[in-house]
Amino acid sequence: MESVVFIFALIDCCALIFLAVYFIITLSDLECDYINARSCCSKLNKWVIPEVIGHAVVTVLMLISLHWFIFLLNLPIATWNIYRFIMVPSGNMGVFDPTEIHNRGQLKSHMKEAMIKLGFHLLCFFMYLYSMILALIND
Amino acid sequence: MSAPAGLPPRPPAAMYPAGPAASREAAAAEGGAPRCHNGPVQSPMQFPAGYGSHPPNYSAPSGHYSQVPSKAVSPHVDNQYGASYHSSYYSAPAQNVMAPSVGPNVLNTRESQQFYHKPPHAAGPAEGPVQGAIPPAPYLHTSAPQSYSAFGNHYSTSVSSSVASQGFPLNSDHYALPVVSSAVYPNVSYPPAATGSMYGQAFTSQSLPAAGQFKETNMLSSPSTSVPHSLQQHVPVGYNSTLSTVSSAQPVQDNLSRNLTGSVAKVNNQINTGGVESLQPVHSASQSVQFTKPGVGTSASPAVISSARTSASGLSSQPRSSPSVTQPPESALQEAIDSSSTTSSASPVLNNYDALEGGGYPETRSVTSSPVPAPAAPQTSKTSKPFGYGYPALQPGYQNTAPPTPVQQPSNPGHHPGFQHYPQQYPGVNQLSSSLGGLSLQHSQQPEGLRPVNLTQDRNILPVSSVPAPVPNLNSDLRKLNCSPDSFRCTLTNIPQTQALLNKAKLPLGLLLHPFRDLTQLPVITSSTIVRCRSCRTYINPFVSFIDQRRWKCNLCYRVNDVPEEFMYNPLTRSYGEPHKRPEVQNSTVEFIASSDYMLRPPQPAVYLFVLDVSHNAVEAGYLTILCNSLLENLDKLPGDSRTRIGFITFDSTVHFYNLQEGLSQPQMLIVSDIDDIFLPTPDSLLVNLHESKELIKDLLNAFPNMFTNTRETHSALGPALQAAFKLMSPTGGRISVFQTQLPSLGAGLLHSREDPNQRSSTKVVQHLGPATDFYKKLALDCSGQQIAVDLFLLSSQYSDLASLACMSKYSAGCIYYYPSFHHIHNPAQAEKLQKDLKRYLTRKIGFEAVMRIRCTKGLSIHTFHGNFFVRSTDLLSLANVNPDAGFAVQMSIEESLADTSLVCFQTALLYTSSKGERRIRVHTLCLPVVNSLADVYAGADVQAVVCLLANMAVDRSVSSSLSDARDALVNAVVDSLSAYMSTASNLQQSMLIAPNSLKLFPLYVLALLKQKAFRTGTSTRLDDRVYAMCQIKSQPLIHLMKMIHPNLYRIDKLTDESTIHVNDRVVPQPPLQKLSAEKLTREGAFLMDCGSAFYIWIGKNCDNNFIKDVLGYPNYASVPQKMTQLPEVVALSSERTRSFIAWLRDNRPLSPVLQVIKDENPAKTEFFQHLIEDRTEAAFSYYEFLLHIQQQICK
Repeated sequence: MESVVFIFALIDCCALIFLAVYFIITLSDLECDYINARSCCSKLNKWVIPEVIGHAVVTVLMLISLHWFIFLLNLPIATWNIYRFIMVPSGNMGVFDPTEIHNRGQLKSHMKEAMIKLGFHLLCFFMYLYSMILALIND
Repeated sequence: MSAPAGLPPRPPAAMYPAGPAASREAAAAEGGAPRCHNGPVQSPMQFPAGYGSHPPNYSAPSGHYSQVPSKAVSPHVDNQYGASYHSSYYSAPAQNVMAPSVGPNVLNTRESQQFYHKPPHAAGPAEGPVQGAIPPAPYLHTSAPQSYSAFGNHYSTSVSSSVASQGFPLNSDHYALPVVSSAVYPNVSYPPAATGSMYGQAFTSQSLPAAGQFKETNMLSSPSTSVPHSLQQHVPVGYNSTLSTVSSAQPVQDNLSRNLTGSVAKVNNQINTGGVESLQPVHSASQSVQFTKPGVGTSASPAVISSARTSASGLSSQPRSSPSVTQPPESALQEAIDSSSTTSSASPVLNNYDALEGGGYPETRSVTSSPVPAPAAPQTSKTSKPFGYGYPALQPGYQNTAPPTPVQQPSNPGHHPGFQHYPQQYPGVNQLSSSLGGLSLQHSQQPEGLRPVNLTQDRNILPVSSVPAPVPNLNSDLRKLNCSPDSFRCTLTNIPQTQALLNKAKLPLGLLLHPFRDLTQLPVITSSTIVRCRSCRTYINPFVSFIDQRRWKCNLCYRVNDVPEEFMYNPLTRSYGEPHKRPEVQNSTVEFIASSDYMLRPPQPAVYLFVLDVSHNAVEAGYLTILCNSLLENLDKLPGDSRTRIGFITFDSTVHFYNLQEGLSQPQMLIVSDIDDIFLPTPDSLLVNLHESKELIKDLLNAFPNMFTNTRETHSALGPALQAAFKLMSPTGGRISVFQTQLPSLGAGLLHSREDPNQRSSTKVVQHLGPATDFYKKLALDCSGQQIAVDLFLLSSQYSDLASLACMSKYSAGCIYYYPSFHHIHNPAQAEKLQKDLKRYLTRKIGFEAVMRIRCTKGLSIHTFHGNFFVRSTDLLSLANVNPDAGFAVQMSIEESLADTSLVCFQTALLYTSSKGERRIRVHTLCLPVVNSLADVYAGADVQAVVCLLANMAVDRSVSSSLSDARDALVNAVVDSLSAYMSTASNLQQSMLIAPNSLKLFPLYVLALLKQKAFRTGTSTRLDDRVYAMCQIKSQPLIHLMKMIHPNLYRIDKLTDESTIHVNDRVVPQPPLQKLSAEKLTREGAFLMDCGSAFYIWIGKNCDNNFIKDVLGYPNYASVPQKMTQLPEVVALSSERTRSFIAWLRDNRPLSPVLQVIKDENPAKTEFFQHLIEDRTEAAFSYYEFLLHIQQQICK
């Protein structure tokens, strides 16, 4: 059972890693003027909800499978994701707003955020991998 | 120009290859296909005899040019020119090789004549020493040093004097380059065909008339009011005035600076009473201003000395007169004079936009500016002209590699605009003044900008007239070339070297732009190639350095670029080989006519669509009558050409379209009631050609006011109407003008009232400053993508959620007008305002499908933009429309240390389609010095720009965070910067509140901001009013914004002829500025408050009956009506004075403000008294309390 949990977490984590990489690539495209702000933001906003759900699912899964340490590790980032999504002002077009992304260094902070998430997911990936192998051996 | 015409045509050479950053102004278009060529020229060699045979002899091309028959050649001067020209390039002692009879430049020959061979015309006393010291002969046939110095009078005194005093050591390490290039040149040909055919067209089409003008201006003997003439005339005047003030200037600087403004005004008067017919007042005025500043002592002393000295010092004395002669009036103080002279000058100043091509103005500029030598400075020759146009100087290219000479800053503590540049210009002054003793002020005194002002004790900190913009601490040469502060201002005119230093100063770094402002003088350049840096795409500008004749170094990215062949030829002077004399390099504000490379599609026609609310509420307010009358009046004045199109959409709960197809007997109204899925009822003829369907349009406009009088429809389907408008406009782009009178209540984009009237005067939280829905933002972005701008006129009596509606204009680069409680009968002031605004709105210039890019020197980066536009990519602002009343602001940070440069530059390029279907690029370039000490940063702070930028930042903060946060941030900005200043100045008493002179108005302005509608708390403010004030802060240019923040108050019941100025034969009194405090309002007086968008005349109860009778036209105070918006034309002196003063204030701004006369019982009284920001209100500090509060915060 535990191995199934971690196999699922591993797949989910892979998806999140890909998503983080996609965010980074798109944002750096914007930075380099390859795409304009409008299309960049509409591309990224599409993936904000999947990201929130994907991460929330893993977190909840860890909670119900009683892996406290991993749950607590995931909790801050999952909370941040949800908080960020909820706190979008009513007039904005999503977490990424094309009219504001170039202001006040928002682009940079989005980039930093995506980088941190990438690092975090990579860490999680190896943790899940280890736990999965451990669980498979134990089974 | 028969010679060029007869030559075979040649395709334009030297197109730039598309740089890596191909997506500049017009993303794909501008990059274009790389049409590269190797080296400067491709054509086969066609050497005129003698050209190739003297490789180092650069006079050859000019000799070549002398073949052109129409060249006026004056041998002896040419000789001189050639010699110096040559020598300054190669600095080789062997330059006497050149042929003596080459005449490359008519202009120069004339000028040099004027300067050296016509003493009577020469530029005043300053010229004397030069002539006396050096016999004319050495100018003509000489060895290097002398020809240098002779030449220096024209171009580069820095070189000449450095050479004269030091020999060549400075330049010696640069010798390699010229040698290399000269070795290359023989392989390069200068076929007459190239330039001839290139510019042959230009001459025939555009610049021929201009050339005529040029000749005229150049005629020294002609008694006309041409520029050179006035130049010579007024130099002595200015000089005398200088000298006369010297004696008074010698006492302590403090006194001087206090008397400063007064004396300036006086001098202005003297001069202006002299006559307004020529350009003279401008120059002399600017000159006198410059000289009456405290630097007088220093500036005058070298002049005295130089007369007794040799040629070098004689030379250095000359710039002192000439820079001021040609210096364009920069300071705000002189705005009035500026405007007056430009309207009345007889010189070839072309007001007409289109007549400017070929550039009448640049010629006058080049005439006036060319005799200005670069300042002579042995030690500072490296820094004094780092980015100048004088390529003979050779050294600029090495600006970066060579460590910045510390001489510039240390030897140059002067920061007052008036005298700061003298030490820089004339380090020799140090020795001179020490030898003379006591004449120099700058050693013992602190710079004016740093003079400590005790804010709690000094009560009269307001200047007599308007606050001038600080002048950057540059040498006069660069300063003269620098962009006008009206279009381009930086919060810190001394840029700190590192981000750490900037952080220490606690002042924001940013730019305030007014790029599309109405200009009376604008050089327009038609050229097949627009010369730009290959890597950063910067346009060539006055601050680039010419390494040698064929290469220039970008001042933003420091890349070395080739000078294209066409650029070598100067169409204005019709001379060859003088790239540094081209108008692009002589003017920091220029406009290029862009080629098809700058187009993504053919230039669009002017298209105007009016979307009008015709619901019951709108009909009740009665704006339709005013709008239709305005439109009918101005239909022919709408900017556009034969392709101009116009259309109308009206809406209530349905959307109505109007078929105006030519040939119909009357307009056809088409009603679409399916507002959920809006469609266009007919594909064409909704937008029709203005000229073809004019009769139908007039019929419609006449019918509009009465068409909906009986409507019962109260709903407003704004969203669907906008969607329809977007569909209608998207194929062409253009301007949508939306008139809305209530909250949209139907269809997409409907809004709900969010305002709680009980919260209006809350001191705690102000909510709903941001939009409620993203519908309008999305629509605006869609519009922006299709080059459509949406302008919003909101005429409502109730809450209409401007915060949401404004989005449609904010992001599509439109503009917003708001008329609270508009009613055509009950509120005549608003009705009049609408009428005036509409007149301006309909007839002002407009630019379509525009983009703007702001570039800055490597190391600086822009991180936040303020204004109405959409930031499409990192530094590209997409402006669907650009209008002359739009201002922008940007915030910057210093990413890399600027230690290896002494100057930074900023360039804005605005690419737009004019209403005539021409693609044009307007380029402004600003150049500022870099400093490394905190004191210098404070000395150069531009308090108005700082406050405007802070206001913009505060708007952002209040929307994204909260209003109280924004208010705290504003107060903290003052507290932080003043405490940082006080901690740097150790000798100050900590118990007092001290500000540097440059920032003495900072607390006052911030207090004014806190009491401004946008940020005030505690006073009842309607949400829409607040949001509108915020929108204005974001989109107004600095001059208007400052009036909004801190209105000007004048006492007008005792206007005298003292300190008047003359404008167009009108005498305009100049009453002094009053503090915005009720203590200044006496019952016996009458006061005028200038709030930018409104004038208030407040009349005291015991006001002189004569004044009321003469000016207001009523027998006594009691009979003055409550709603009075106009002053009658009474034939009386006081009436004339008052009216001319108000008219003068009005002339200075695009929007004609509405005048309101206020008696004590008037409801508008509160409005007036709210602007008295120095007084205490129940919810806010008085100015003195605010100062104490700041002091308390600092001491914490």
